[in-house]
Amino acid sequence: MSRALVRLLAVLLLAFAGLAAAQAIDPLPFKDQAQEVRFQNLTRQLRCLVCQNENLADSNADLARDLRHEVFGLMQQGKSDDEIKQYLVDRYSDFVLYDPPVKPSTWLLWFGPGLFLALGAAVVLVTIRKRGRATRIDSRLVDNATIEQGDDW
Amino acid sequence: MTRSLPLIGFLLLVGLFGFGIWWNTRHDPREVPSPLIGKPAPAFVLPLLEDPATTVSKASMLGKPYLVNVFASWCVACGEEHPVLMAEGRTLGVPLVGYDYKDAPDDARAWLARHGNPYDMVVADQPGRTAIDFGVYGAPESFLIDAKGVIRYKHIGPFTPEVIERELKPLIAQLKRGTAP
Repeated sequence: MSRALVRLLAVLLLAFAGLAAAQAIDPLPFKDQAQEVRFQNLTRQLRCLVCQNENLADSNADLARDLRHEVFGLMQQGKSDDEIKQYLVDRYSDFVLYDPPVKPSTWLLWFGPGLFLALGAAVVLVTIRKRGRATRIDSRLVDNATIEQGDDW
Repeated sequence: MTRSLPLIGFLLLVGLFGFGIWWNTRHDPREVPSPLIGKPAPAFVLPLLEDPATTVSKASMLGKPYLVNVFASWCVACGEEHPVLMAEGRTLGVPLVGYDYKDAPDDARAWLARHGNPYDMVVADQPGRTAIDFGVYGAPESFLIDAKGVIRYKHIGPFTPEVIERELKPLIAQLKRGTAP
C-alpha cells in the first residue's frame, strides 16, 4: 500500500471512531464527577430492552437514551440506586437488571451450576473409590498370577 | 450399566437441547414479561393526535374496557399488523385506542390517511415519557385495560388473527360478562 493510502485510511478510521464516540455519549449536566461515576455504574447494571445484549450505558437505541435521561432525572430527585432500579423493575420486570435477584423462581439459575458441580464431584468421588477398590483387588489377584479386569472401566 | 452411562448422559443432553429448540420456536426469547398485568394502569394524560388541545386521561377512560395499541409510522411491524386491525378492530366489541409512540404527528396522520384508520381515537406520545410508565419497549404492543383501569393483558409484537381469536377475544368476552378474576 502506498503511504498516501495508509494515511487516508488512518484519517477515515479516526473520523469514524470519533463519530461512534459522539453517538455513545449524550452529555448530561452532572453535578460533579462522583455523580457521573455513579450514573455510569448504575446504567452499566441495567439492560437495554431493545438490544438486549447491551447495557443502558452503551446502547445507542432511542429507548435506551430515554431511559438514561429517566435515570438521570431520578438521580436529580435524590433517589437511591435501589429506588431507581425498583422504578425500572416495576415497569420492565427483573429483565431490566443484568443480575437477576435471588428468589424462588431464579434459584435454579443461581444455584444450578453449583448443584451440577456437586453432582459431578460426587460421580468423580464414587468412581475413584470404586477404582481404588478394584485396583487393590487386582493387585491381590496379580499376586495369585491371575489377571482379571475390573468390571467398571 | 456403567458402560452405558456416557450414552445415557449423551441422550439426556440431546433431550435438553431438543427441548431448548422446541421452546424457542414457541416463545420469543426477546419478549419481556410485563409486571403490570393485573395492576392498575399508570395514570396518563395524552393529547389526541387529531386535536392536540383535547387530552385523554386514565380517569376519562374509566367505566368500560378498551384496547390500547401502541404504533408508530416508523414501525415496520405495525404495517404488518395494520390490515389485521383494519379487519378485526370493529369486531372486538371494545374501543380501540391508537397510541402513537415517539412519532411526528404529521407522519402519523399521513400514515393513517394512507393505510386507513382502525382506531376509535388516537393519542400521541411524542416524547415517549408515558410509554416508559407502561413498560413499552417497542412497537407494536397492545394493552387490554378493564373498566376499573386495571391492565388485564399485554401482547408484544403484531396481532395476528390467530392471537386475536385465541387470546384477546375470550378475555374481552370475560370482561364483558364481568367474570374476569
